[in-house]
This record gives sequence, structure tokens and C-alpha cells, in this order.
Amino acid sequence: MSAAPSLYTLPFGDISSADHARVGGKCASLGEMTQAGVAVPPGFAVTTDAYQAMLDHHGLRAEIERHLASIGSDDIDAIDRAAQAIRVRIRSHRMPDEVESAIRGAYAAMGEGMPVAVRSSATAEDMPDASFAGQQDTYLWVIGADDVVEKVRDCWASLFTTRAVAYREKNRIAHIDVLMSVGVQKMVNARAAGVAMTLEPTTGDRTRIVIDASWGLGETVVSGVVTPDNFTVEKVLEAIVARKISDKHVELVGDAALGSAVEREVDAARRSAPCLSDAEVLEVARLAKRLERQNKCPQDVEWAIDADLPEGRNLLALQSRPETVWSRKPKEKPAAYATGLMSIVGTLNNPIASRK
Amino acid sequence: MDAKTPVFPSPYDVKPPKGAEDWEGIYPYYLKFQPSRRPIEDRKFWFCDSQHWPMPFRPFDCIMVDFAAKCLGQYNTRHLLVPPANGVDYRILNGYVYFSPIAVEPSEIEARVPQFLERAGHYFGNWNDLLANWKKKVLGAIDELEAIGFKELPDVVDIEAVKSGKGLDDTYDLFNAYDDAIRLCYKIWQYHFEFLNLGYAAYLDFFGFVKGQFPSIPDQAIAKMVQGVDSELFRPDDELKKLSKLAIELGVADALKTGSVDEALAAVAKLPNGAKWIAAWDGAKHPWFNFTSGNGFYSTDKYWIDHLDIPLSYIRDYVSRLESGDDIMRPTARLIAERDRITAEYREMMDEEAKAVFDQKLGLSRVVFPYVEDHNFYIEHWAIGVFWRKMRQLSALLAKLGFWREDDGMFFLTRNEVRDVLWDYSAAWGVGAELRGTDYWPGEVARRRAIVDALAAQPPLPALNNPPEVITEPFTIMLWGITSEAVKRWTGADDGDGGLQGMAGSPGIVEGVARVLRSPDQLSELKKGEILVTPVTAPSWAPVFGKIAAAVTDIGGMMSHAAIVCREYGLPAVTGTGNASSKIKTGMRLRVDGNTGSVHILG
Repeated sequence: MSAAPSLYTLPFGDISSADHARVGGKCASLGEMTQAGVAVPPGFAVTTDAYQAMLDHHGLRAEIERHLASIGSDDIDAIDRAAQAIRVRIRSHRMPDEVESAIRGAYAAMGEGMPVAVRSSATAEDMPDASFAGQQDTYLWVIGADDVVEKVRDCWASLFTTRAVAYREKNRIAHIDVLMSVGVQKMVNARAAGVAMTLEPTTGDRTRIVIDASWGLGETVVSGVVTPDNFTVEKVLEAIVARKISDKHVELVGDAALGSAVEREVDAARRSAPCLSDAEVLEVARLAKRLERQNKCPQDVEWAIDADLPEGRNLLALQSRPETVWSRKPKEKPAAYATGLMSIVGTLNNPIASRK
Repeated sequence: MDAKTPVFPSPYDVKPPKGAEDWEGIYPYYLKFQPSRRPIEDRKFWFCDSQHWPMPFRPFDCIMVDFAAKCLGQYNTRHLLVPPANGVDYRILNGYVYFSPIAVEPSEIEARVPQFLERAGHYFGNWNDLLANWKKKVLGAIDELEAIGFKELPDVVDIEAVKSGKGLDDTYDLFNAYDDAIRLCYKIWQYHFEFLNLGYAAYLDFFGFVKGQFPSIPDQAIAKMVQGVDSELFRPDDELKKLSKLAIELGVADALKTGSVDEALAAVAKLPNGAKWIAAWDGAKHPWFNFTSGNGFYSTDKYWIDHLDIPLSYIRDYVSRLESGDDIMRPTARLIAERDRITAEYREMMDEEAKAVFDQKLGLSRVVFPYVEDHNFYIEHWAIGVFWRKMRQLSALLAKLGFWREDDGMFFLTRNEVRDVLWDYSAAWGVGAELRGTDYWPGEVARRRAIVDALAAQPPLPALNNPPEVITEPFTIMLWGITSEAVKRWTGADDGDGGLQGMAGSPGIVEGVARVLRSPDQLSELKKGEILVTPVTAPSWAPVFGKIAAAVTDIGGMMSHAAIVCREYGLPAVTGTGNASSKIKTGMRLRVDGNTGSVHILG
């Protein structure tokens, strides 16, 4: 079903740890999950070699550097002009033949006419920074090899959005060092989807898993278009300890005829109904817990429930990345823990239930 | 809030229910709020212990709260010198007992610490040896109790007593037997608390540490880490399950299914393998049928050994569940695996330094905690069961002599009044005259019985007077689960949406039909899949937990029986709701959320 790995494309199942630098964080994580047996929609990574081949083939490096040579990080107009020019340049060139045929081959192996999501997977030292990761593009419900090739190129171009360029200028990241891999992944027909964090994001409480979920594709949750249902699960006991069911007025669903994902109104009956059953909430929590254990740090997991898959096997992981806010905070620790009998004396003098 | 109006009423302002106006006369003076002591008593906060005493006391039954409260106190106050806490003072109001913890003066706490370290340190340091010795002491006291008997006085002193120059009559033995029974009961209550307060203290220390690490961790998760899986408290129920399985294996199950205990056993005996099953049944009785369907604190408690129809009815139930393919045995291997998984997963979230402290505290908790569970079998079920059996024998003997009409009449006398009756009997016997009490007690017992019945019609108040700003008394929190939050719940008005709040005793959410039970005699009313709603549960109710969908109690915390057993059975439990059993009626539909501790009445 999947094409052979090549210099330019790597099926998720073939991504080894040696490849991480050339497939970017997102695809590396999909590769790891696939190989660990986590249910992930199948697909392949377009490696950074493909991007570099593109730059090399058309002499784009020099062009990019020329455009960016004279801008300062404060001059937003100049950045905007330069960024736009670079994007136009990238989009106006065809891919090198060997790159394009590798992508077409890998896509064909997934099944001709397969709807896919095309997502950028950037590589840079600061990739774990979520605010940066969110700056590249994602294209949903892409159908046909021509469109896939075009969206891969659009992803490369998205390395040079005004925001991305300004961010790198400000943080003194060399533009040309940041490479772009692209993930091409079978589109999920999401009945419901969302995000799971393996800690409570407001307090950093690691005994909790917090799930945001809404109807349709998870992009509505990530972008904040809807107020999602919110579930809190006790991580160890695997029990739901809190739930807030919200009015989820829109959903993003695939439209095969249109070849894109479309936003539509959610009918009245479903709007305020929980989009996950309790059993599904616990399934999502277990998936997130498993990914946290696998990656040895708190995770931020995107997941979806695929309407086309049978119950029990319909929960898919779309992405798992390290949680960045709390993981970077130094932990507060008491000066010393009381131990032994003196600790018992302390407990009797000040029982926990009376502490505030 | 008006400073003059207490949050809870003063005991002096609470009226008795109709028909119980003379209730004070049936209890000893020291158990009541004396009018002259009002200024002193009203300064104290009193909470009702309906967890242990959900029904009004018959006068004799005050022996249990006398001994329990005094012996709890003595270990804090005189044996161990628990730094901040003495005992809990206690009073009876309208038949129910109210407790008030006695704190140590803050200036004296420091000075008690070295003594506590030495005394408690000795126990923690030699726990298993001391506990082995404890078991010997308790079994010895049980043997002594078993040996006690009450016989009608003979017409003449035995010739041997004359010839041996004994010089004493049978009344001397009668008094000794009675006094020995009371003395042994007192001894058993002292033993009861020898380890208990320390066990709870070590557990609370572990609990506090884990809460410090994970402020949002459910209490039940901490309980699960230390809870015993093979506690002797589970043995009686396990024995019934084994007997049920054996009955099917030996082909005697059908013979067991109908008739009285005697009829069923006779039917079994006729079968080829019947003798084998009856030997197993007899073997299980001692000691495991020394098991009460209550909590051991009332003379009305029914013990399996005295009411074999109770264990037999459970066996019948288990047999039918086995026949329909249920697996009734406790999944101990799974429970141990689950306990270890939970412990390891929380531990994994700690830093290295915390892990070491956690290991030490968990280790101590697991050493001491089995006592917290097991003592209950040895004391309340076994030893106290023998005590009640002896007292019932005496009461029946005195009934036969005409002191009262019913066999249980003696329990409407205080234990010291019983001595008066024994004197009446002894003096009349010695003098050769008539009994005087036979003219006095039948009427008096009837009058008192009516009062106790009238008291039972009015449930107790949760508390009296003003609560302290923050409840800090460790034993109030540990033994009764009474926290500032709990007190707030008692005072809080209804939330108006049919909701009740308690403690999240065991996780899970279910909806179902309520069955409200106020006494163990009603257990047979329970139908499969119903939600048990009751003031408090007892260990011997274990067999019903295989039937119910969830449990809701008025009283009790994380370590209450209902919470422990529901966690075992994987059923949701909400404990300590305060008044679920009076607010909820049988037949109502409920949603029980054991994760958050809430109960909603759906209709």
C-alpha cells in the first residue's frame, strides 16, 4: 500500500530516528506513533531533501537571501513585501521532476483519488515552541496528485509568511536554516475531533488529562471557532472528573464533491449534545496517556474519531507534541519533606483537611 | 450571621419527639447535658455520631459508647500523648450520641512531643511483634467470654460446695459471671484502640504527603494504594462464596434452596456428598460466622452464628448467581495488580526526592493499615458478638424469672441497674422471699421501650452549637471524616435542583432506582441493579454489593465500609451526604456520580 522510501518521500512506517531531521517534528511524531502501533491515519513525509532540491534546482537560496538581506525586524511593510515576493517565487516554479514523481508515486500508493491532509512539518531548533509551529499551513481534503503536488509547494512557500519571517527576524533564526518537510496524510472523516493535553493547562496538574472536543474536524477546536466540550479525566484512575458541554454551532467536514473541507452549521439536536460518549472520552484519555508515556513528557495530542472506521478502532492520533508551557517551568519544591515520626506529629498538628 | 444564634441549635433548646418526653430518665446522669452546665456545654461544638450509632440507644447499649469513647480517649490522652489531641467527650441527646473533641492547650502541645515520639515510636518500631501479641490477648479475652455462663440459681447449694468448705453460694458466681462479662467487654474496647489511632495517624501522614504532591488527587486513589486485598474482614463473605461453589460442585445446591436452615441442612445431609458440605459449613462457622449484620454496637445486632438463616440466604443468592454464570469470587489478583499500577503511576510523576519519601510513608501505611481493617473482625464482630450472646442469655434467664416479659427486656436497663436486678434475685434467693423486681420492671421496661421507639421516630441533628472556624482536630477528621467542608454542607440550604453532595467514595457514574434501607433487616428487599441508599453500611452487608448498582450513605468518609467495598466491586459510591436516606425515597430515579461525590434525584 505504501510506496518504497526514497530520498524525497518516506512512508510514516519507514521513518527511523535517523530521519527525524529531514521530516520535521510533526512527521517524526507520526512516524514514531505508527511504528509504536498507535492508530494513525496512513501517509508519508515529503522530506526536507525535496525542499532543498527545489531550492537548489531553481537557485532559490540566493534569491531568498537577496530578498531578506536588507530588511529589519521592525519594518513590517518591508518584511511583508519580501515575504510575498519569496512565496510567489517558490510557487511559480515547478518541482524538480524526481521530487514530483516521488510525491506522485507515494500518493498513488495510498490509493488514487484518496482525500488527504497536507501539513507542513518544519524543522528548527525551536520547533517545540507551539507558537512557532502553528505558523505553517495545513490543507485539508486535498484530492488528486496534481493538487497534492501543488499543496506541498504551497506548504514550502508558507515558510515565508509575513508572520514567520518576522518571527525569525526577531528571534535571530537564519531563514535559510529552517527547512520544511511536508506530511501527506489520509484525510480522516472525523465525526468528532479535538485536542488532549496530558496535564491541566491552567495549573500544570499532571494527574489530569484535559480534552477539548467538538463535532467534525479538530481544526475548529484548535482555531477557536467553536467553544468545545471540555472533559477532565483523572489520569491514573482513568475516570472523568469534570465535563462542560458547550454549544458547538459549527463543524468542519469534508466535501468530496468540492474537494475541500467546508464549515457548516450543526443542527440543533447535536449542538448542545456531548460530542463524545464517556467511553470515548476515556479512550481518548488512554491514547494521550500512552503517548505521554511513550514520549516521556507531557503531550499535546490531536486526535479524531473516524466515522468510517468500526467502533473500538475508530480513534486516531493525528499528532502528538511535547507540551511546552508547564514543562519549561521550574518545579516548586518544598525545602525539605518531613519524614518519619516528626512528619506524623506534623500531620496530627495540622491535618490535611484543615489546611488551606 | 447573628452572633447570638448558633449555627446549629443548642442541646438545651432541642425538644424530644412526642412520646419521648421522659427520655432523660432512662440514661445515666453523666451522659446528659445537665441544665446547670449549660454555659460550659454551649461553648462546645458537638457533632452527632450517627455513623456508629444511627439508632437511639437502649439504656444497656450505652455500654458501647461509654467504652468506645473512653478507650479512644485514653490512648490519645494517657498512653501515647498525642500532641494536639485528647479524646472526644460525648453526650446523649434524644437518644443519639454527640461528640466533642478535646484539644490540648496549644502551650502544652510542645511538651507532649518527646513523650509521643517515645511511646508511638515504640509501637511503630515494633508493630508486627506487638500486633501478634495483640491477637493473642484478644483471642484470650474471647475464650474467657465464651466460658461465661448464666444459670438459674439452684434450690440448694451443691453438696460438693458444702463438703469442700467453699463457703460461697451460687449468687457469688452469678455476680462474677456478670462482672467478668462487663470487664472483658471493657478490656476488648481498650485493645480496640491500642493500635487504631496510630494506624490512622500513619495513614493520614501518607495521605497528606500525597495530597501535597498532587493537590487534585481523589482521596479514593490514595486509599487504593494502601488498602488490603486479603483483609480478614472479607473472609466471612469469601467463606460464603466458597461454600456456594462447593455446594454446586458437590451437587447439593438444590437441596439448600428451600426451607428453613434445619430443613435445608437435613436435605443436604441425605445426599451422597452432603456430609462433606456440612463439614465445610460447620468448619466455616468458627470463627467466620461471628459476623454481625450491624456494626456490633447494639444489643439488637444479629450475628450470623446466632441466625444461620442470614448466611444461608446469602449462599442461596450466590448459588443462583453462580448458576446463571456470574463470577462471584473477588478478583484478588486483579485488585493487587490495580493497586500496584495506581501506586506506580503516581509515583512516576514525582521527583526523585519525593519518591524516596513516598516509599517510606507508603511502606509504613501498608504495615499499619491491615490493623485498621482487620481489628473490626476481631473486636466488633467476634468478641463483641460473644459478649452480646452472653448478655442475651442473661436477659432471657431473667425474663424466665419474670423480671420482664420479652427476652430482650434487660437491654432497657443500664448495666448498673442490671446489677440491682441480680441483687434483687440474689437477696430474694438467699432470704427465701419473693422477687421485688417482677412487680416493678415489666411495666418500667415497657415504658422505656415506648420511649426508645418514640426517639427513633425523630432523626438526630447533624451537630449542636457553633462549629469552630476550621476543624483541625485530627481524630474528628480521620475517624469521622468531619471537615469544615462537611459542616458547611450540613448547614447549606438545598441547592434546589434535587442534588445532594457527599464524598466521592468510589468512582463511576450510574443512573438507577433507589432502595432506601434503614436497617439490616430490610436487606432482603434489595433487588438486583438498585442503588442502595442507607444511613451507613456494615461489613456483613458485603453480599448485597454484588447486587447493587451503586451505594449512597449519609455518613462516612473515604475509608468508610461502603467506600471500601464499592471500590472492591467497582461500583460508584457517594458517602457522607448527611441526609440522603431521608431525602431520597425508595423508587426514585437517581444519578450517582462517584467521581465528584454528587447524587441527583432525577424523578
